[in-house]
Amino acid sequence: MRMMLNGEDFSAEDAPGQSLRSMLHEADHFAVKKGCDSGDCGACTVLVDGTPVHSCIYPAFRAEGSEVTTAEGLGTPGSLAPIQEQFVAAGAFQCGFCTPGMVVTASTLTDDDLDDLPRLLKGNLCRCTGYRAIEDAIRGRCNVARCEAPCAAPRSAGTSAATGVGTSVGTSVGAPAAARVVSGQEPYTLDVAIAGLTHLAVLGSPHAHARITAMDTAAARALPGVHAVLNHEDSPGTLFSSARHESRLDDPDDTLIFDSVVRFRGQRVAAVVADTVAIAEAACRLIEVAYEVLPAVFDPHEALAAGAPQIHGDKNGTTSRIADPATNLVAELHGEYGDVEAALAMAEHVVTGVWRTQRVSQMHLETHASIGWIDEDDRLVLRTSSQVPFLVQKEICRLFDREPSAVRVFTARVGGGFGGKQEILTEDVVSLAVLATGRPVQYEFSRSDEFTLAPTRHPMEVEVTLGATGEGRLTALKLRVLADTGAYGNHAPGVMFHGCSESVSLYNVANKRVDAQSVYTNNLPSGAFRGYGLGQVMFGIESALDELAVTLGMNPFDLRRLNSVRPGDDLVVTHVEGSDLVFGSYGLDQCLDLAEAALARGNGAALPTGPEWSVGTGMASAMIATIPPRGHFSEASVTANPAGDYTVRVGTSEFGNGTTTVHTQIAATALNTTPDRIIVLQSDTDASGYDTGAFGSAGTVVAGKAVLIAAQRLAVLLTAAAAESTGTAPESWTLEDGGLRQLDSERLVTLAEISGPDGIRAIGRHDGAQRSLAFNVHAFRVAVNRATGEVRILQSVQAADAGFVLNPEQCRGQVEGGVAQAIGTSLFEEMILDGDGTVTTSVLRNYHVPSLSDLPVTEVYFADTADELGPFGAKSMSESPYNPVAPALANAVRAAIGRRPHELPMSRDRVWRLAQRA
Amino acid sequence: MDQNTVTRIIPARRRADLTALLSPAALPLAGGSWIYSEQNIGIDTLVDLLPLGWAALEISPEGLTIGATCTLSELSAMANPAQAEGGPWAAHPLFFECCTALYGSFKVWNVATVGGNLATALPAGPMTSLLAGLDARVLVWEADGTDTRMPVAEFITGNKTNALGLGAVLRSITVPRSSLLAETAFRKIALSALGRSGAVLVGRLDAGGAFVLTVTAGTVRPVQLRYAALPSAETLFAEIAAIDCWFTDAHGSADWRRAVSGVLGEEIRQELSARRSGETQGDAR
Repeated sequence: MRMMLNGEDFSAEDAPGQSLRSMLHEADHFAVKKGCDSGDCGACTVLVDGTPVHSCIYPAFRAEGSEVTTAEGLGTPGSLAPIQEQFVAAGAFQCGFCTPGMVVTASTLTDDDLDDLPRLLKGNLCRCTGYRAIEDAIRGRCNVARCEAPCAAPRSAGTSAATGVGTSVGTSVGAPAAARVVSGQEPYTLDVAIAGLTHLAVLGSPHAHARITAMDTAAARALPGVHAVLNHEDSPGTLFSSARHESRLDDPDDTLIFDSVVRFRGQRVAAVVADTVAIAEAACRLIEVAYEVLPAVFDPHEALAAGAPQIHGDKNGTTSRIADPATNLVAELHGEYGDVEAALAMAEHVVTGVWRTQRVSQMHLETHASIGWIDEDDRLVLRTSSQVPFLVQKEICRLFDREPSAVRVFTARVGGGFGGKQEILTEDVVSLAVLATGRPVQYEFSRSDEFTLAPTRHPMEVEVTLGATGEGRLTALKLRVLADTGAYGNHAPGVMFHGCSESVSLYNVANKRVDAQSVYTNNLPSGAFRGYGLGQVMFGIESALDELAVTLGMNPFDLRRLNSVRPGDDLVVTHVEGSDLVFGSYGLDQCLDLAEAALARGNGAALPTGPEWSVGTGMASAMIATIPPRGHFSEASVTANPAGDYTVRVGTSEFGNGTTTVHTQIAATALNTTPDRIIVLQSDTDASGYDTGAFGSAGTVVAGKAVLIAAQRLAVLLTAAAAESTGTAPESWTLEDGGLRQLDSERLVTLAEISGPDGIRAIGRHDGAQRSLAFNVHAFRVAVNRATGEVRILQSVQAADAGFVLNPEQCRGQVEGGVAQAIGTSLFEEMILDGDGTVTTSVLRNYHVPSLSDLPVTEVYFADTADELGPFGAKSMSESPYNPVAPALANAVRAAIGRRPHELPMSRDRVWRLAQRA
Repeated sequence: MDQNTVTRIIPARRRADLTALLSPAALPLAGGSWIYSEQNIGIDTLVDLLPLGWAALEISPEGLTIGATCTLSELSAMANPAQAEGGPWAAHPLFFECCTALYGSFKVWNVATVGGNLATALPAGPMTSLLAGLDARVLVWEADGTDTRMPVAEFITGNKTNALGLGAVLRSITVPRSSLLAETAFRKIALSALGRSGAVLVGRLDAGGAFVLTVTAGTVRPVQLRYAALPSAETLFAEIAAIDCWFTDAHGSADWRRAVSGVLGEEIRQELSARRSGETQGDAR
């Protein structure tokens, strides 16, 4: 078929049922991203003869003779279209995976459409930003520093000053990849042409619990184009966990690449490697499997009951690190500080309740995917969508008995993660397939795979009992947690322990008790999700605190002021926490003041009229350790290049967290230069020293600290080199943009003169051993329609203590994005299972991710603090903004209708039902 | 998404080409926005209807005939006819309003067809709301070469089921002129502001005073309540509550759909009542 593509003749052979998106992508036109493949997310938007369409639902053959335009056709770096310049200037992306489609859609809008943006953009989903910056882009507002776009429009409130030489930190530098992202030129995991690429498809189990008794793969193997059929007979017998942590002992070894027992519906039973996805899928349908169906259990309470089916009863609890395989108990925590029952007996006020959180999908726009091949040095190479390439390398080496030198793992820019990519979900089977066939192999999750196979947020049941004096001083805190970790224990212990940590230690209470359990069921696995357990438990604790405030007739901000920890206080869960956790800075007091003042000030939002509407306000606090416990390591290097620029090598991944920008700023500041002279090479086991990975909000405070140390050391080396080459004292030299200046003589030495052809390199390391604390307070004003259950957010405020804010616009974006994701969790999102292990919400249109129309513009305020530990006084700020949102919103709903929500999401049908009981 | 089991696309240029649809492994293809959004394992043939070149919108003395392959964007952008052409139509705003009830974006409107939306027979299909609400009738090309006509509300038989037999194709939909001249009111609610519809209600007040309330999206098939004149609030509320085919899915529970339909039905009743009395006052002046 022939057509015009981006102004040039294009011809390709399309398969009969192929979509336009996949035909373009197959022909190496990578601007069309696959977010859902069902016409819902908009990441693949193109123009056909000027008309915008979702190319994933557009039959390829129908484009014959048309003019097709992708984001690339609108403009490319150096000659961006005005709308692309606007997205750059507004900083209107984080991971950027949705951006090419967003830009193409926006290119069709006129000034007359601005009032209709909620409708016109409902088919373009962004999981990262919360849309405020995207609307800014469309309205021509400029948010980034040193904006070169011809933006006559006024800068948004809060825009920082322009950045300069050595003054980069603290300014809103734009992302280095911006021009490539907005033009579809930034390659993501699968945006690469590889000769001889084969494709892997997986056959999933139709049963929630079964033993495979026989498998006939002959017909599949015989299908032309099939290169291999793999199953449990080909699988290494080494148990592992798909979850990855610095210490592999954090997670239970309960998983095999292919198992002869399947424990949830859809679990991998066999895989086919073939020339095309279509052939691989057809071959999967030819595999005949005989199963012995085993009894299954889907409710965590029932899983713990006597006589329940044992899901991992075949495991050795000690060697697999499972608390009790016989009772499906993966992990538990029981401990007491003081005497809770005595304190409750004495308390003047006691409140109690049980709160439940649902199963939520991370819904990163880029699905899990990897490509593997054997390189010219006979190494196994994995290009994967991962937050943890170095941890993947370690575990792949273990599974396949290879030396680290024989495995390279790297990521391109990652299209979102939110914890979901702290797992090995594709890399294991791709490695097996590459080693079996010797061919390059690609495995890409569909969106339905994401909903039915990929680990989700842990659903939890949280029971909280609080005791207090008449003045509101807490005397007892009793917490019971039951988490459904699904069929495998990846992240089960970590999420459970973390969930019960800063949520509890935030408050000074003399008597605390925690009983927590994480339990296997035959549901799909749960895993890591932004906030890592804290959000679920805080929904209970912060709701219970609100109930106490109602009981006491006390201002909920004052209740927190009275009971929250302050520097000097012990941090206690069930015992006093270790000395690795310190108050490197403290801004909770400011956050409470900022949020309360904003709420009191109001925002002029019109209140809906009518007797069915009620208005209420609510708030909640959150605390988070800035780094995961027990070590988070990064070794970065910075090289002064003869060309006059610097190369930063750092292992952490960029997945929309903005660390690349921040690392650029840190290096530019330490080397007294401008960000455009910094090149960042990242997330490649070949390119840099070890890095634990991009999780636990460590990209700034661990990897960034390593970059800072490396850059500072390089500065010392450079002044020494300048001194040595000139026979002068090192103190007489100072770095400046492009070289070094001798202070008294004004003599300039360029990097080329002193660095030699290979440049001068310095290394910095950080171990994350000392951890600080960051704080967030969220407040809402809502109107609730008691007749329909609609919750209308009138005002949304978040105050954040991020320490010194390295990049105000990016940090604001992280807060807004966290709030957006949390509003999704609070009001809309719910993975629904049928009680028999089948996910019924298996396509995106049945799982409502917030669109532009669903989100308020959140007022974001930063506390004025500087941390002792983080680089330039910065603290982490990527998971934590999510955590206080659900309880703050629930507390506001409670205030409006007089009934307290105990269950997420607070969907309109649930809120309506709650209001009926009022 | 790619339809990996499809091996051939048959362009239909004349009615006889549709015999390919007698195979259970064949599907008629219009805009493609539904077929390409799902895996259709077992389908090997798509019969492309667009080469048939059906007129999108035809005005006649009987009313408006909409070709099944007319896109939602064509329908939503249709100008309200001038007096010489039999207009203007009081019901005209309903075209755009119902299009906004499509879960898909305006970019989906550019390809999704009126006939495709009807034939897919999803409870939340907004063309069902529109065309049942206007008492339109479908023309079906039966596989044996005969034609069948029936009301839209009967064409949709249940959640994702319709009256099309094997090999039959939805050819067009005709909206009677009397409905086009009627006053209409539209309400939609979902679990989110612009989300997939939980309930869509269309009210229609005909020139003679007869009132029809069409309840869709919350029920597995369209339900129509008919009155010789606008009923009382109590009557309407009770009859909405008595509807027996509410359903629960990810887009709302049955009890909520029933309750909010009562709220929306009353809003429609009041709106049309106010418009009617406004007209009367206007006439008096």
